[in-house]
Amino acid sequence: MSATTESRRQAPIADLSPVEKVLINRLQHGLPLVRRPYAAIAEELNLNEQQVLDTVKKLLAERVLTRFGPMFHAGELGGGLTLAAMRIPEVDFERVTEQVNSFEEVAHNYRREHDLNMWFVLATETRSAIENTIGAIEVTTGYPVYNMPKEQEFHVHLHFPV
Amino acid sequence: MSTSTSLSDTATQNDFAMTERDRELILATQAGLPLASDPWAELGKQLDMGADEVLARFQAMQQAGVIRRVAAVPDHYRLGYRYNGMTVWDVADDRIAELGTAIGELPFVSHCYRRPRHLPYWSFNLFAMVHGTTREEVEDKAAQIRAVLGDACQQHTILYSSAILKKTGLRLRK
Repeated sequence: MSATTESRRQAPIADLSPVEKVLINRLQHGLPLVRRPYAAIAEELNLNEQQVLDTVKKLLAERVLTRFGPMFHAGELGGGLTLAAMRIPEVDFERVTEQVNSFEEVAHNYRREHDLNMWFVLATETRSAIENTIGAIEVTTGYPVYNMPKEQEFHVHLHFPV
Repeated sequence: MSTSTSLSDTATQNDFAMTERDRELILATQAGLPLASDPWAELGKQLDMGADEVLARFQAMQQAGVIRRVAAVPDHYRLGYRYNGMTVWDVADDRIAELGTAIGELPFVSHCYRRPRHLPYWSFNLFAMVHGTTREEVEDKAAQIRAVLGDACQQHTILYSSAILKKTGLRLRK
């Protein structure tokens, strides 16, 4: 797992065409929810529908886009969601990464340059399952987990202009 | 265009009750929306629903905040945003609601949350995510946050990511 993730960090900066750039910028804001949404986007950007579909497929295949689809608000799905952090000595980092990632409740996991060097998002089917999952991760890895659920959300909108 | 929305606004519309059909649609699109001229019709074929019903359910879920939007998620490293800085701040409890809102409104802050301290080890209670093509760019943005927080902030730090260890997105179990 860590080999592929390290390579993602070193993945080359994509060489993007003007059409790709314009689509990446526009599609991060969201698709209009209409019967032919790709045609609507095409019309807005002076492209044609097939160009939009082909470009998105290509960007997904090249992993410039990691995903194209609905972005769920996990809290609103009725489940549990939290951010958690761990402090893992270097000698154990790879083992613990594999153990933590093996939990399907772990949605994202980032290594960060800090004493708390592993930060992951847990998404569970029910709110109460968060505590159990954290307990299971502590037992499996042998290290404590710092639970940092959001107490208030001020803003969420990720956008990377290119 | 300014489609940024504070989800706490839409998410509090609690008149939406997710049905089993909605759950089926979520499960069917976790990997992505079909890349076809009428993606709703494609989903309808899989799930034995009419395209209009599929679309109406997506519209209702987005309206209710269950779906933030239907959008492209780039690998920010591939776009040149190599530096992903989680800036964390120790902000006076009695000012955090006001200041968190102000920080969330800065255009370069992608996520901003209040989270619990773990004293004495972790004293930071405001998290603001910023991205940049260089470390200097992230540090410049952090300096702008620092200026807004002023005296209400005791200390802060920036945690840069050095590897994505896993990124599967949020999943419902089947």
